[in-house]
Amino acid sequence: MAVPAFAVYSFLYLYPAIQNLAYSFERWDGVTKPEFVGLHNFTYLATNDDLFRKIVGNNIRFTLLVVIFQTAFSLLFATFLLKNTKTTIFLRVIYFFPTILSSVSVGLIWTFLYNPNFGFLNASLKAIGLDSFALNWLGDTKYSLYAIAVTQVWFHTGQMVIIYVAGLQQIPADLYEAAEVDGATRWQQFKNITWPMALPTTAVVVAYTTIQSFRAFDLVYSMTQGGPLNSSDLIVTSIYNTAFSSFKYGYASAQSIVLIVVVLLVTWLQRRTLRIDYGVK
Amino acid sequence: MLYKATKNILLTAFALAVIVPSSIVVLGSFKKDVEIYTKPLALPKSWSLENFRNLIHTGNVFTPFKNSVIVAVFSVFFTLLFASLAAYAISRMTTVTGRFLFILFSLGLAIPGQVNIIPIYHLFVKLHLTNSLLGLILVNIALTLPISIFILTSFFKDIPKEMYEVAGIDGAGHLRIYRSIALPLSRPAMGATGIFLFVICWNDLLYPLMLITQLDKKTLPLTLIDFRGEFATSYSMLFTAIMVASVPMVVMYIAMQRSFVAGLTAGAVKG
Repeated sequence: MAVPAFAVYSFLYLYPAIQNLAYSFERWDGVTKPEFVGLHNFTYLATNDDLFRKIVGNNIRFTLLVVIFQTAFSLLFATFLLKNTKTTIFLRVIYFFPTILSSVSVGLIWTFLYNPNFGFLNASLKAIGLDSFALNWLGDTKYSLYAIAVTQVWFHTGQMVIIYVAGLQQIPADLYEAAEVDGATRWQQFKNITWPMALPTTAVVVAYTTIQSFRAFDLVYSMTQGGPLNSSDLIVTSIYNTAFSSFKYGYASAQSIVLIVVVLLVTWLQRRTLRIDYGVK
Repeated sequence: MLYKATKNILLTAFALAVIVPSSIVVLGSFKKDVEIYTKPLALPKSWSLENFRNLIHTGNVFTPFKNSVIVAVFSVFFTLLFASLAAYAISRMTTVTGRFLFILFSLGLAIPGQVNIIPIYHLFVKLHLTNSLLGLILVNIALTLPISIFILTSFFKDIPKEMYEVAGIDGAGHLRIYRSIALPLSRPAMGATGIFLFVICWNDLLYPLMLITQLDKKTLPLTLIDFRGEFATSYSMLFTAIMVASVPMVVMYIAMQRSFVAGLTAGAVKG
């Protein structure tokens, strides 16, 4: 009964993944015969390719920002929206709404909001007299990556709120009641009950957000295409461009192997830290 | 007091952050460009459907809409079918094979689907599956199988063994048990997974971008990307196209809110 799934999966997932590994040891423009170059692609990536190093740096910065802010916001909002009342349910529905939009739509909507000339963001800033803060958000190498990170957080916070609400609702209410009797402040309750009890959920949220940020492509492609001057280029956009604009397929495959390694490494590290944290408390 | 005030301000701020951009798009699809630039949040002077009419005439959204529906519906159907069959088999097998299959499919969760773009592209060029909706459907099935099998296996494992055993005594074969016990019992899980898959397939950009160049085979996200270039200065058309592309999702979200939220969060938690 598992045959159809096994067939499709082996042929269109496992086999390409193995082939991808093979490509990464080759130099290949897609037209002439591929040439085996051993580890050359990887050594070049590591030692000579300043652009790729910059892009990996971009992606790490992007991931850090998104993980920190998205997790913080969603935990905060989930503590606010924990009880099931009409208002909280309504707000959860609103917050979740961006999740159902396509990333291309989200990217294009935010391109409008960020537009330096007639965009909503700058118009609002000017309206309240903050003219000097009305910047060229997507067109300036200093801000483009952060502008996309903000969009990403806007896009997925609602989904994480729902995950946190489900997790926090598992915490027994009498813990809070007991704490209140003992005169614990809100902050103490959060620090000593909510945070440690929510750690398994935090692990899920952080892991998911991290992988999502390393896989990010659509927003960048629809907002800046990695520009200006690669300031918002991420690993997947780089793989795409290296393969389908520069036609260096082997080199692009090597980049995608780097992506797999980075993702596995980061998830492994996170699992370790979050689990140890949990054990101590 | 201070806590309550901060809480309300923050909650309202994020709600507005979602509502304001969405309203700009909805209102903008009824406006002319000038109105969008000068008064993005004001109600349109007249609720004219001109943008929609223009879009149908010049932009040709009908074909990409149809393509997106075909790709999403077939991808979801076959993924659910293959995944539920495999998940049923895995959940019922006590042998090493079951364990092996589960680990094999879980490997797909560790390898991001995006890294396969290059080999898939070359494979599909060879098989003449570029510029083909069938090609997109096959890619979608392959990419979403691991997560679907993961979600459904954990669900099938929760069905009490006795249910299966009784059917087995009555002489029902595996296919029969799958069809008349496992499937009906797992309807909520299948529904939630289906919605999760539908959203992924409906919104995917990377694979269509790479595999589809022919105009009559493009899906909605690709068309939106084209619009950005074509109507670089016309946000009214762009917003209208975004409306058209989002309507099915919004309707489904409103109609099946619970399964929607359940599906999309299960995808995240289990993945």
